[in-house]
Parts: sequence; structure tokens; C-alpha cells
Amino acid sequence: MASVNIRAVHKHFGSTHVIRGVDVDIADGEFCVLVGPSGCGKSTLLRMIAGLEEIGEGEISISGRVVNRVPPKARDIAMVFQNYALYPHMTVRDNMSFALMLAKQPKDAIEARVARAAGILGLKDYLDRYPRQLSGGQRQRVAMGRAIVRDPQVFLFDEPLSNLDAKLRVQMRTEIKELQQRLKTTSIYVTHDQIEAMTMADKIVVMRDGVVEQTGDPLSLYDRPNNIFVAGFIGSPAMNMVPGTARMNGGAAHVEFGAGVTLPLPHSARAADGQRVLYGIRPEHCMLSDAGLPAEVVVVEPTGADTQLYCRFNSQELNSLVRDRVTCRAGDRVALAPDLAHAHIFDAATGARLTA
Amino acid sequence: MPSHQTALSRALDNRTFLGLLFMLPAAAILLMFLTYPLGLGTWLGFTDTKIGRSGIWIGLENYEFLWGDAVTRLALFNTLFYTFVASVIKFALGLWLALLLNKHLPFKAFFRAVVLLPFIVPTALSALAFWWIYDAQFSVISWVLMRMGIIHQYIDFLGEPWLARFSTIAANIWRGVPFVAITLLAGLQTISPSYYEAASLDGASPWQQFRHVTLPMLTPIIAVVMTFSVLFTFTDFQLIYVLTRGGPLNATHLMATLSFQRAISGGNLGEGAAIATAMVPFLLAAILISYYGLQRRAWQQGSGDK
Repeated sequence: MASVNIRAVHKHFGSTHVIRGVDVDIADGEFCVLVGPSGCGKSTLLRMIAGLEEIGEGEISISGRVVNRVPPKARDIAMVFQNYALYPHMTVRDNMSFALMLAKQPKDAIEARVARAAGILGLKDYLDRYPRQLSGGQRQRVAMGRAIVRDPQVFLFDEPLSNLDAKLRVQMRTEIKELQQRLKTTSIYVTHDQIEAMTMADKIVVMRDGVVEQTGDPLSLYDRPNNIFVAGFIGSPAMNMVPGTARMNGGAAHVEFGAGVTLPLPHSARAADGQRVLYGIRPEHCMLSDAGLPAEVVVVEPTGADTQLYCRFNSQELNSLVRDRVTCRAGDRVALAPDLAHAHIFDAATGARLTA
Repeated sequence: MPSHQTALSRALDNRTFLGLLFMLPAAAILLMFLTYPLGLGTWLGFTDTKIGRSGIWIGLENYEFLWGDAVTRLALFNTLFYTFVASVIKFALGLWLALLLNKHLPFKAFFRAVVLLPFIVPTALSALAFWWIYDAQFSVISWVLMRMGIIHQYIDFLGEPWLARFSTIAANIWRGVPFVAITLLAGLQTISPSYYEAASLDGASPWQQFRHVTLPMLTPIIAVVMTFSVLFTFTDFQLIYVLTRGGPLNATHLMATLSFQRAISGGNLGEGAAIATAMVPFLLAAILISYYGLQRRAWQQGSGDK
């Protein structure tokens, strides 16, 4: 078990600057998820931790030891690949014992560790099969089994669930999280799926264009996104962003949306009078009410548990997620009232958060 | 005749019938140009046909004669020796070249093109070049070695039995390596880099990665390419015919060249055909060994339960 510290790391591929000064600290036993849109550098960062990519600038240390010059096999890490990278010519047993065999462990010790891992993952009946003869979920488990038999200091996961169908993905998500809680091994997990990040992580690192946009536990990212990128990336359905102008009239500070529509500004927001802002409100905090933003319903999507309303306000998309059954239909005029306590104010020019 | 019309159009709608119909031209060509000559050759082997005289059925007489014929036995030995040595070296060199070309070298495309050159040059032409290289008076190898003071007399590459055998084998290797190298290179490139990444994380050294990842995953391609290589080498004709015509003292006669010499130059069509037919069991054995021994691996077979 180990902490992982990433200090001022940069990486260039030719003239492309893919990682631009990343600092991340991952505590011992923590489940850290690197999340961001494709091309944000999250996989490259993971591969640098694994030793599959050279560290251009900066320093990566695993349990206090700088590993910049340490080859992958000496870093005491195990990685689960996106395509699993199971050796097709080896049985499940051989796949799982390969690393131990190369490390010249005694035969019975290998046997015992493979049996234990197979027991944890429910693979006992499949040990003599070849990867081709397994389903996607089973292959995924073998890939994890190959990682856990080695009992490494750090697990690395590179989008391990992206090749599975939706239902299996949800199931494996829970399994991986449960396994990590049981083994308490420091884990770094790369995904582009914010739901995976939210549900699995102790700590989320949101990346974009090679920089870290925000680091924190899932709920603090959800409650207090630092900027409009994180606000839009975390949470589904995505946060509504309504452009407006801040008006600071003493105690009655408010945001003007034009056509005489205004909403009060949260007290914690620090905006200048006349500043262009984005009023951010999550659909689940945007309720149908008698008074509020006048909007036209475009589409109603009931999922059973809740209903999502796609509306239009000022030719701007404005969505609402309500738990109650609703009677409104497309074309209806409704009033949407944001919950002031959950409103986020961002600077329209820089995208930075203005709410304290 | 409406009923006739419908019968025809119904037949044309039948997938099986249509399939057979579309295969007819290919089948006709195969029968005419492959099956018929093969059958004719096999039949000739059982006759005493000579050029200008149609023969009669003599059963296994040709084969009985060839079994006791020292030159045929020598040609069989030569062919096996030639095939074995050339194939082993072609495999080793080809694999080595393929591994080199699979690395990120500067001018990679250029080197790959250069490697293919011997394969592109017509065999008769490269054989002529080798003939000149091996010439008893003008050999460039002898000349260089003389200049370097290593030898004091020109080497007669094609004049001594064993020297001639190895010289022809060298020419065959030069000609055959590109095929092996490029095909194995194609095989290497189908191996996903993530296997090597996984192996390096698993602690495998470069040699262990080759031994446990590259080699097993390349076996199916190796099987195919070596089968072809063995077949081409076993049936080689052009190189030998240009370089030595089977000499000296029949030391480089292969089954193919001997068959041609007996049948066309010697006029004994039946005997030549029998020699050629005698090659078939060897070729079939090579194919079967590769098919059952190397190509069909359990891990490649479907997803069925074991």
C-alpha cells in the first residue's frame, strides 16, 4: 500500500503539450478517479504512473520513492487495460500466474494465490479456459485477478469498463468498488464517464486539455464546482447555464435575464454590478412552481422514478428533473423556480465560480 | 410457356442453385488447368511414354526402376537437404529481420522496401547474378578474398559437390528471406502493443516477452509462412537450372530438375512424370504437419466449452 504523489508533471508528444503541469496527491488506500473528456491527458498521466510513458518533466513518486527512472516492473503496480490485454494463448490460470511465475515464486505459493484471487472474483470454474471462451464480464474479472494476485502497492485501471454493455458496467462498477474497499489498495482509475467517477471515487480529479480543473471528493465537486467546465461535466443531466447580468442594489442583489425576468443573487456570490454572469442551476434544483422563469416545455421524458422536462427559456435550454408525476405536455407554458440555496454563479467571461 | 418461365425464374431465385451457377466458371478453369494436368502427369508416371511415342500402361515399373536408381536417390537426398537447411536458415533470418523491421527505426519504410527487393527480381535474373558471383574465374567473392589475402586461389563455388550444394542453398535463402520476413512482419504488427505493456508490467524481460508473447502469438503465421516456404523450396527449379543444371556429379540435382531432365531433355516423359509424382507425398506430409501441428491451437478455436 502506498501514496502516490504527482508533482508539476508535463508531457509533450512531438509539438503537442498533452500534460501541462499536473499536481495530484493520492493518499494511501484511496480510490482516485481521473476523469475528463477524451484527449484530456488522463490516460497519458496513468501510463506515466505505470511507467509505459516517460515522464517529460516533474516527478512522480510511489510511497515516497521517486519512480521517474524506475522501470514498470520495479514499480510494484498492476494495471487493468481497457482491452484487458489477456494473453490469448494462456488459460485463465496461466494469465493470472504469469507475473508470479516470472518472479520465480514457488509453485504452491502461486497456486494458492491464484486460487484465492479466483475465489474472490468467482472464477474458480473458469481457470482452465482460454480468454476467448469467456464473456466480457468474465474477461474483465480475469484482468482484475491478474492484478490482485500480485498484491501490488497500487492498482491502475485504464477505462476498464468501456467495453462492457450498460448493465454489466453498472454491476462491475460495484464489484470493483467493493473489491477495492476489501483490499484497501491505493487505486487510480481513468474514465470519461462522470457517473463512474461519482459512484466509485474517494477523490475525483477532473482534467481538461492537460490541466487539472478541480480535485475533490464527489459530492464537493457536485456541490461546489470551481468553474463552468466542472459544473457541466459532473452531474447528469447536466447543469443549466442561463446567461444574465448581475445587479448589485444593496440587499436586493439580483440577476437580470432580459424581458424583465430576474432572480435573486445568492448572498455568497461576489459579482460586480453589471457583470455578465452565468446562472447555473442543476435540473434537480429547478422545480415547477407558480412563480419563476417562464419557460415552454419542449419534451417530457418520464423514466418512472422521475421525469425530465426539456424546456426553453429565452431561446435557451432549461431543464428540470422532478420526482413527482407531472401532467404538463410539450408546448405547455410553465414556471421554473430555481432553489436559491443550490444556485451557482459563474463569470461569463472566465467561467470561474463567483459563489463563495 | 408460362410454366417453363416460372420454373427458370424460381431456380434463379434459389440461393443454392445460383451459388452453383456462379461457381461454374471457376470450377471449369480449375478442372482444365489444375486437375487435368495433375491427373495427366500422374497417369504418365504409370506409362512408358516417350517424346514422339504414346506409351502403354506399365504399372509401377517406373517407380521400381527409380527406387533402384542412384541418381534419383541422390536427388531425393539433395532435395531434402536443400529444403531443410534453406528453410531453417530462412526462418531464422526472416524472423530476425521481421523483429528488426518491427522496431521504430529511422527510414523504416525504406528498409522494408529494400528487404523486398530480392523477392521482386525475377528468379532467372537473380540466378544469373549468382552464377556470375559464383563463377570460377570472375567470382567477386574470390576476388575480394584474394585481395584481402585470405585465399590464394579462386574458389570453384559450383564445381565441388558440397560447395555447390551450399552455394545454391545460399542463393535460395537470399531469394526466400524477404517472403518470410515480410509475412512475419505483418504477423508481428497484428500483435497489440498492450500485450507487451501488460507483460512489461508483469515483469517480463525483453527475451521473456519474445518467448511468452511474441512467439506463441506468431505461431499460426509461422505455420503458414513456413509451409509455403518449404513447398517453394522443395519444388525449386529455376535457381538450380540456371546455376548448375544439377551438376557437378548430380550433386545439386533436385527432384524437380531431375524430373525435367529425364522427361524433356532425355525424352522419357513417363519416368520424369513418375519423379514429379513422387514429390507429392512429401509435400502433403509438410502441409499436414503444419496444419495439425502448428496452426490449430486450442486458444484459437471458437468460444466453445472445453
